[in-house]
Amino acid sequence: MALTNELIKTRLVEKFGDQLTDWVEPYGMLTFTAPKDQNLKVLQFLFDDAELRFQFLTDLQAVHYPARKGEELAVVYHLHNLVDNVRIRFKVFADVTKPDVFSATALYQSANWMERETYDFFGVNFLGHPNLIRVLNVDEMDYFPMRKEFPMEEQTRVDKDDAMFGR
Amino acid sequence: MSRPVQFNNKVKMVEAPANFMGDGFMATSLEKVVGLARKNSIWPLPFATSCCGIEFMATAASHYDIARFGAERMSFSPRQCDLLMVMGTISKKMGPVLKQVYLQMAEPRWVLSVGACACSGGIFDSYSVLQGIDQIIPVDVYVPGCPPRPEAILDGFMKIQELVGNESLRRRTGDKYKDMLAEYGIQ
Repeated sequence: MALTNELIKTRLVEKFGDQLTDWVEPYGMLTFTAPKDQNLKVLQFLFDDAELRFQFLTDLQAVHYPARKGEELAVVYHLHNLVDNVRIRFKVFADVTKPDVFSATALYQSANWMERETYDFFGVNFLGHPNLIRVLNVDEMDYFPMRKEFPMEEQTRVDKDDAMFGR
Repeated sequence: MSRPVQFNNKVKMVEAPANFMGDGFMATSLEKVVGLARKNSIWPLPFATSCCGIEFMATAASHYDIARFGAERMSFSPRQCDLLMVMGTISKKMGPVLKQVYLQMAEPRWVLSVGACACSGGIFDSYSVLQGIDQIIPVDVYVPGCPPRPEAILDGFMKIQELVGNESLRRRTGDKYKDMLAEYGIQ
C-alpha cells in the first residue's frame, strides 16, 4: 500500500494524539507542529517505524516570527523517506528569550552542522549538541543576523548617499 | 611534401633605458634596469575567490594570455610571488586569512584588487562581506567591474607594470612606506 499523507497522519495521531497540531499540506507536503519537548520523540518514531521509515534529514532550519509572542523562533525539520519517496515537514516553536531545543545529533549526524548554522543565525540553543559554536560567521560576532530586528546592511560604511538608498 | 616551417622573426624587444654604450659595456641607471626587469616578469599569486576568478582563468588562458606580459608562472605560495591579485568577494571570516597571505609576501610586493567585491564590497553590502580589501591591506591598483572583462584585468596589470617600472629602489625602506603600513597595523 502506498504511503499516503493520510496514513502518515493516522499513525502519528495514534502515537502522539492531540499534541500534534496545525496539519496543513502546502503543495502536497504534509506539515505539522509538535511541542518543543517532544521533537526528539517524534523524530525517533518517524525513524524507527517499519512503515514510515523517515530516515533522512533533508534540512533543519529556523524561522523568526516576531509577531507570535511567546513562540517567536520556529525550528523546522524536513524529513525524507528514501524508499517510498515521501517528504514531510514538522515545526517546533521556541520562545526567543529562552530558545532551548533538544539536539537531533544523536539521531542524525547531518544535524550537527545544520544546528550550528541555526545557532549562528538565529540563536537557537540546542541542548546536547557536542560543539555548538558559530560556523559561518566570524567567531566574535555577538548578535544573530537572521533575526528580523538586525539590519542586513553593513553599519560601518560612511560613504552611502541617503537619497540614493531611499532613506 | 611537408608543411613549410614558419619561424617567428618579429619578436618585440623592449626598449633599453637611456644609456651610454661603449666598447663592451653599457652604463645606465640601476633603478631603470631593475625596474625594467621587474616589470616584465611579475609573477602573480591568484587569490581567486569567486566569479572574478573565472574571468582571471580566461585572462590566463590562450586567448587573452596574461603570460605575454610576463606573468608566466602563477605561484600559490606567497613567499615566491610579486603581485597579489585578489579576485572575488572576501568575507569577514576570510579577512584574517588574506592579511596573513599578504604578510607572508616578501618585499617588493604589489596588490591588485580585481572586481567590485574586492574593491568595495560590491553588490554585497551586508554584515558578512568585507567592504573592500583596502580595509585590511594596502592596494596599488583597483580594477572595477562585475566581473571585469579580461581586457580590463590586463589593463590593471599594465598599470601595475607602470608602477613597478617607475618605482624607486629606496621606496620600501623609507619612512613614508613604513607609516603607510603602520596604518594597517603591519610592522
